[in-house]
Amino acid sequence: MNNMTKGGAGIPRTVPQKSATFTDAINAEIRRAAATGIYDIRGGGAKRKVPHFDDLLFLGASMSRYPLEGYREKCETKVVLGTRFAKKPIELDIPITIAGMSFGALSGPAKEALGRGASAAGTSTTTGDGGMTEEERGHSKTLVYQYLPSRYGMNPDDLRRCDAIEIVVGQGAKPGGGGMLLGQKISDRVAEMRNLPKGIDQRSACRHPDWTGPDDLEIKIMELREITNWEKPIYIKVGGARPYFDTTLAVKAGADVVVLDGMQGGTAATQDVFIEHVGQPTLACIGPAVQALQDLDMHREVQLIVSGGIRTGADVAKALALGADAVSIGTAAMVALGDNDPHWEAEYNALGTTAGAYDDWHEGRDPAGITTQDPELMARFDPVAGGRRLSNYLKVMTLEAQTIARACGKNHVHNLEPEDLCALTVEASAMSGVPLAGTNWVPGRGGNY
Amino acid sequence: MQTIDMASTALREVNSTLQAQKADTNQKDWEIVNPKGSHAIACGLDGPLDVIVRGSTGYYCAGMNKQANIHIIGSAGPGVAENMMSGSVVIDGDASQYAGATGNGGLLVIKGNASSRCGISMKGIDIVVHGNIGHMSAFMAQSGNLVVLGDAGDALGDSLYEARLFVRGKVKSLGADCIEKEMRPEHLKILADLLERAGADARPEEFKRYGSARKLYNFNIDNASAY
Repeated sequence: MNNMTKGGAGIPRTVPQKSATFTDAINAEIRRAAATGIYDIRGGGAKRKVPHFDDLLFLGASMSRYPLEGYREKCETKVVLGTRFAKKPIELDIPITIAGMSFGALSGPAKEALGRGASAAGTSTTTGDGGMTEEERGHSKTLVYQYLPSRYGMNPDDLRRCDAIEIVVGQGAKPGGGGMLLGQKISDRVAEMRNLPKGIDQRSACRHPDWTGPDDLEIKIMELREITNWEKPIYIKVGGARPYFDTTLAVKAGADVVVLDGMQGGTAATQDVFIEHVGQPTLACIGPAVQALQDLDMHREVQLIVSGGIRTGADVAKALALGADAVSIGTAAMVALGDNDPHWEAEYNALGTTAGAYDDWHEGRDPAGITTQDPELMARFDPVAGGRRLSNYLKVMTLEAQTIARACGKNHVHNLEPEDLCALTVEASAMSGVPLAGTNWVPGRGGNY
Repeated sequence: MQTIDMASTALREVNSTLQAQKADTNQKDWEIVNPKGSHAIACGLDGPLDVIVRGSTGYYCAGMNKQANIHIIGSAGPGVAENMMSGSVVIDGDASQYAGATGNGGLLVIKGNASSRCGISMKGIDIVVHGNIGHMSAFMAQSGNLVVLGDAGDALGDSLYEARLFVRGKVKSLGADCIEKEMRPEHLKILADLLERAGADARPEEFKRYGSARKLYNFNIDNASAY
């Protein structure tokens, strides 16, 4: 008898089949919710597979295009941000910046390492929803100060000693959502900086407390410029919701720079249902945002920074080719620092997970000592070595982007263009506006946003 | 007294002149005339100045103020004294929405009424309103004191943290996790001091105190209906 027969009578039986709708993971989540009465909270960005930069390819040079010599001919990577209104635009050596991550979500030494790595590579780092720490100001040559709904730690002195101001309207992991920092990570220092009781589950607001809509924001930006002598570039960061209109309104409100974060962009902590089900993939956001800038005759005048799932120099090059001026990395920077490193596999296993899947950053038990406020765990992380790793990684990505740009015959990475690309899938073609490989067809072209 | 006439002086020049006065300035008394509802007047000051604004102001007057005492002889638009750090702002008339939002310190006195979201996310500022306040005032207020001689609108102190709210008149409704609390001697003392500094004609005993029930500080599914 075998399991294909019933009672040895030789009658074929139905093979047990699991539902494609009620998968093991879904059922486990139902059971977890039923047992705990709380939605799943985690860090990171969307884990579901969505069309991404991997679905685009560069064409390279051949008979119709001249390439540049890889090790002989210059390919520039400098980027200037804030040329529209700011008296002091910031100049970066590379078009890759470090995204906002809060002190509180990250340890002080981790913030220091981000500053060290970014500065060594000639780029900027960004504060987060916890105010500005001395670690990051001291170690960041160029520091972007986030202006968030919570206004934790916000003060005019820090506003004046930053290099640019980023008004956060939303982020890709949770467009329309606020911040979250659970009690385990509200240490004495974090509580003091945020003016909150220690140990509470801290939920940041999703809307700013003193302006509503782009007309108000225009006045708010004017106030911030007045306070800072019109020196600082002002960014507006939006999640990948309605990128054409959001970009248009950000320009209308007076942004120097628009930061556009797709759904793969990470967060320190929010509901899994938010991360996986709200917002658009990064690839789908760039085209509409660039189109909005072009329609306003503001492309390159208002710079566009794209984030959400940038991992390699190829991703950088593709984002720039689609029209971005720079990209921003968060999750990848953390991996470079040592987050989710297999070195800590035994400890990840003890936490019920595995290296590469660890995302309970809100619990503050990070074996790598990065997303924690626990002194013992924090001590595992060396900010000097971490900064060096980040610097190396940023430089490698830059070299990779230059390699591609030269192969496309470009002497500046900003000269990459959509014409240098083709798409591997119909979906990626439609989302990016790049023709499907082997054709001149772009599905959906001519449609409206 | 130095006088700046905004009929002939651009906002940038007004603010840069005032912002240039630091702790050791000997030009402490200033007067701004013809503000005509301009936005961001006298924001980002950081010196021991006494500034009188003769007329009504637009958005964000006295934003992020440090040290300066700013007196508006008129009414103020949205976000007056937002994120104030220290010093004082006195408004003879009414204040629009978000008055004193996210303020970290100093004293904001509104002699008329304040609109909605007065003291939203306040972080240590003291606010005294001689008249009434609108709905959702002190939403997510973290610390500091909000004193209201008149009535409060709907959802007072919704999702409050540790700020203290004192209301003499009626409260239309309390927001999530905000409750009436016992008025103890230390609260009467705080109140007496604030009323005196705000030039308010009221006795501390006439007020009720409201604060956080602290039930939403840590998530509990059984409190989900409060969100």
